[in-house]
Amino acid sequence: MKKLIIAATFGMLCSVTTLVSFTAVASGPSIHLDKANNDLSDKESLKKGFKTYVNYCLGCHQLQYQRYNRTFTDLGIEEADGIANYMYSGDKVGGHITNTMPEKEAAKWFGSAPPDLTLEARLRSPDWIYTYLRSFHMDESRPFGVNNTVFKDVGMPHVLQDLQGVSSIDEHGKLSPAMGGRLTTEEYDVVVRDLTNFLEYVGEPNKLERKSIGYGVLIFLFIFFVISYFLKKEYWKDVH
Amino acid sequence: MLMKLFTDFMGWIDKRLPVTDAWNKHLAQYPAPKNFNFWYFFGSLAMLVLVNQILTGIWLTMNYEPSGDGAFASIEYIMRDVDFGWLLRYMHSTGASAFFVVVYMHMMRGLMYGSYQKPRELLWIFGMLIFLVLMAEAFMGYLLPWGNMSYWGAQVIISLFGAVPIIGDDLTLWIRGDYVISGATLNRFFALHVIAMPLVLVILVFLHILALHEVGSNNPEGVDIKKPKGSVKPEELSKFTFHKQYSEKYDIVDAVPFHPYYSVKDIMGVAGFLFLFCWVMFFAPEGGGYFMEAPNFTPANGLKTPEHIAPVWYFGPFYTILRVVPDKLLGAVAMFGAIVMLFALPWFDRGTVKSVRYRSKLHLVNLIQFAVCFVVLGALGTMPATPTANLIGVIASFGYFGFFIALWFYSKNENTKPVPERIAD
Repeated sequence: MKKLIIAATFGMLCSVTTLVSFTAVASGPSIHLDKANNDLSDKESLKKGFKTYVNYCLGCHQLQYQRYNRTFTDLGIEEADGIANYMYSGDKVGGHITNTMPEKEAAKWFGSAPPDLTLEARLRSPDWIYTYLRSFHMDESRPFGVNNTVFKDVGMPHVLQDLQGVSSIDEHGKLSPAMGGRLTTEEYDVVVRDLTNFLEYVGEPNKLERKSIGYGVLIFLFIFFVISYFLKKEYWKDVH
Repeated sequence: MLMKLFTDFMGWIDKRLPVTDAWNKHLAQYPAPKNFNFWYFFGSLAMLVLVNQILTGIWLTMNYEPSGDGAFASIEYIMRDVDFGWLLRYMHSTGASAFFVVVYMHMMRGLMYGSYQKPRELLWIFGMLIFLVLMAEAFMGYLLPWGNMSYWGAQVIISLFGAVPIIGDDLTLWIRGDYVISGATLNRFFALHVIAMPLVLVILVFLHILALHEVGSNNPEGVDIKKPKGSVKPEELSKFTFHKQYSEKYDIVDAVPFHPYYSVKDIMGVAGFLFLFCWVMFFAPEGGGYFMEAPNFTPANGLKTPEHIAPVWYFGPFYTILRVVPDKLLGAVAMFGAIVMLFALPWFDRGTVKSVRYRSKLHLVNLIQFAVCFVVLGALGTMPATPTANLIGVIASFGYFGFFIALWFYSKNENTKPVPERIAD
């Protein structure tokens, strides 16, 4: 009993002090991010996201670690369909998803070269991508006439402008639609969610496989633990 | 027939190499106290994680490219194109953090039950050397993915050596092999990480276990299971057969042979540990951003400093001690001092009672405050430095060093409880 009390006190002391130091130190105003609520198992969403990526993003942002045919297999796209509808660059189907933008020139055009986005969802989180693509607003002081509330003074133009339209920003930093695009706000959110979903997939193509193997492993280990417990008990009964 | 063949074969071997004798001496007839508790799992678990790191490391090396141009891409190649490469990589990266969890628990055990006290000083020193080499090994390994946090983390740590008077700048140049961290640094860290450090580590582990078996295992009661020869009545002797190296010199009581008793018990520990390990590895391999830090998903870039450079969590306690000292040189001295204190622990403790169970209330309080301070220092190490964080850090640093100083003072004439002769059932 005494041991238990000591252990409990110790555990509480540790967690309380850690908590106190975390809250005391947690600092600075962080940007509010909307929840992406994307679903990696939704293949239709992933396909649409892939399509949007190829149409709007790939011109500048490579996915240099990800291969076309791997993406086709994982997303359930027939190879012929993939080559016809997702590959515009004349690359080989087993090749990486790249573009031909010269990095040095691109740095001159945009201030810095557009980064590779293979790992963007792991670098910044899906919620960040989802919020970022919905946070462009007019700003005449910027080279492309737009700025972003999530990524201030970003070098990128609002590429999805013909879909979303343009937002204006008030003095409280609140965005409101100023000029409509081809899609309603709800439709645009779905497009961005699909794109976010695709980028989360590309960040770690094995994520679903990892989790499904994980369940099997944990069930096995649980059974193994129970058996090893009884084995230990059997051996130790002549000691106690 | 088969059995006879095996016996003959072992006979042939044993005449040329004492395999059976070594098996008996270190496993089947090694006397281990019968009262090991939860805390005694972590020694065998450390061994398990070491084997995990070595095996997964070998397979990772087969596909990793140690160069500034190719390292980052080769990691993504392993993650995507190598069969189960992602599993190997996560086993290795989660294993690194698990190694420190296990080793910190193992050290805490030593602190609680006085396992560093006479005659186990050298055993403790070997353990501390293992800890030191492990930190170097982990630090060098963290550079290899060549992510931006790898780069800047290494930048911060290596620049510490620049604080050394006179030779500081030359020393950092010598370590990096370049004026900045570059492919040259990566290559030498790779060589040290995959050959030099593991080799030293394995040798030290071997010595750690040899030293342990020479002096014998301590236990939660801190009671010696080896009594002077002839002092124990024959009917009270342990009913098991122990190797003559132990039983010729001592009367052994309250012990069981390590194998099979602790081997089956440790298998249970392994199962429990692996359950938690796999839980993290399969469902949260990034460890909430503490095992794999987000900026490491972008390649090393000497022109782009991450917003908040934090070392990996397991360096947290020492990094905080470094950071709360305003002077760079003194900070580095304090940080290394924190490790030196641990090395010297057997001589700070002047007491003769081993286990916290029979020591004074003061010692219990001191031990708890030390553990709390260590955890707090670790947490602070992962957070940005703010004035509040610094203040808490200073207090916790005093707690850390205070543990050793206070121990030296009160342990000489400590108000301890009587230690029993034998381990109770």
